[in-house]
Amino acid sequence: MPKYLLLKHYRGGPEPHRPVPPIDQWAPEDVEAHMAFQHHVSELLESNGEYVDAQALAPARTWVRYGGPEAAPVATEGPHPETSDLIAGWWIIDVESHERALELAAYASSAPGPGGEPLYEWIDVREIMWERPQTAEPA
Amino acid sequence: MIDDQTRMLDEGALRALVPRVLTGLVRRGEDFDTAEDALQDALLEALRVWPEHPPRDRHAWLQTVATRRLVDARRSEAARRRREQEELQQPPAGEPAPEHGDDTLFLLFCCCHPDLAPASQVALTLRAVGGLTTREIADAFYVPEATMAQRISRAKRALRGNRLDRPGDLAVVLRVLYLAYTTGHVGPATRVDLAGEAIRLARQLTLATEEPEARGLLALMLLNHARLPARLDSEGRIVTLDRQDRTLWDTREIAEGVRVLQSALAAQTEERRPGRYQIEAAIAALHDDAASAEETDWPQILAWYDDLVALGDDPVHEDPAAVLGRAVAVGHSLGAVAGLRESDGLREVLGDRHRWHAVRAHLHELGGDLPAAATAYADAASRAMNVAERDHLVRQASRTRMAEFDERSRATDTP
Repeated sequence: MPKYLLLKHYRGGPEPHRPVPPIDQWAPEDVEAHMAFQHHVSELLESNGEYVDAQALAPARTWVRYGGPEAAPVATEGPHPETSDLIAGWWIIDVESHERALELAAYASSAPGPGGEPLYEWIDVREIMWERPQTAEPA
Repeated sequence: MIDDQTRMLDEGALRALVPRVLTGLVRRGEDFDTAEDALQDALLEALRVWPEHPPRDRHAWLQTVATRRLVDARRSEAARRRREQEELQQPPAGEPAPEHGDDTLFLLFCCCHPDLAPASQVALTLRAVGGLTTREIADAFYVPEATMAQRISRAKRALRGNRLDRPGDLAVVLRVLYLAYTTGHVGPATRVDLAGEAIRLARQLTLATEEPEARGLLALMLLNHARLPARLDSEGRIVTLDRQDRTLWDTREIAEGVRVLQSALAAQTEERRPGRYQIEAAIAALHDDAASAEETDWPQILAWYDDLVALGDDPVHEDPAAVLGRAVAVGHSLGAVAGLRESDGLREVLGDRHRWHAVRAHLHELGGDLPAAATAYADAASRAMNVAERDHLVRQASRTRMAEFDERSRATDTP
């Protein structure tokens, strides 16, 4: 079965469908509802037998590169342009089809935001490369 | 994978045999690395075979199987060497270690060798002293089994050539056990109870040494572990100490912790003041002793924090966590403003850490400055290093913002 990475972003991606303030500025009941939904998604994936992994990333970012022979690595901790992508975390799912991956991503995007209304958050869906089982040698 | 049948086996009793068997092998002249591998094999074999065929003498069984594995290993090693046309070497004779002293202590010194990185010390200790399987240790640290196996064998390779008969550094052993404990205490529940395992090992250690700090460490673990059942609510949300349901605390563990701490403190003299674990245990005991958050004896806690920061010459850099803890105690005994002032000095050292912002937020809230508290909670949330902590801090930010909003609307409603 194909595996997909469903990426959530702190920023970046298409124009937000519904711009919202940061979660720490939401009403307590909206915060609770949102967090409960996140748990629910992971539980749903597990009970469906579609769950592989889920991780959250801290927002702090360091870019680093080889500094050259005999030189220390070169690192930059920002400030980075506000427009650059910043990944917040992911689910890895193992599903029947591409359609199923899109369906789950859309469901994850329906997480409640301020006022209990869906967030309509963009989810980046990426297929993980894998060896497809083949019944015959390719011609 | 350990199946249900294996779980019926008394794993605790099996694992308790590990230090004795391993020490026996090493003292007989086997090298630590090979002996430890052989014993791990024997342990896996025992987990497989014992549920159906329990041996009459468990210790002898483990020793025999481990020894057989050692002989096998040596044979295949010898064959390999012959193939490579190298000189066949005799099994290492090794200086037998002194017979006195306790097996556990001896092994702990081996595993907590100062040359090893802390992660390796912990992994090796859990395997060679705790008798956990590589798989279980890997699960506890969320790494693949192969990664943990490699970490352990690299650690043992690093130990090769070291004489293992000299007394080690007890301070390192204590630090390693505490690291194992805190990893288990903070992390989400895994199949292996690391915190419980660390307590078991610390208890063994207190039987092997008279050092009061070993008892201080055991007391500290027990006194914190007692509160574990109240630390999360049914939804898995963090519940801070001041809001915990204290009836959920384990009174038996608290009583044992207090007893152990008292016996450690009784061993002190004028020249020999309590060390950091005893002091931290005393602070934990004072929290455990309060029937409600309001009844917490903050002045007494502050006095212990004074002792804690006085242990070093430069506490801000050597032990900023102690200074931060003291700032909280200052806030509760002398007022929020005083507490905030104390924490100011840590901005340079801890300003990037969520804990510093969370403490500032708590002190602002204590002083009634809700907008500042909400901002500081949000700053803390953006720096949190685990999801439960992050979610908790986001909730705190949201809650204080809402409380401030309510306060303001009440103020405008009242003419």
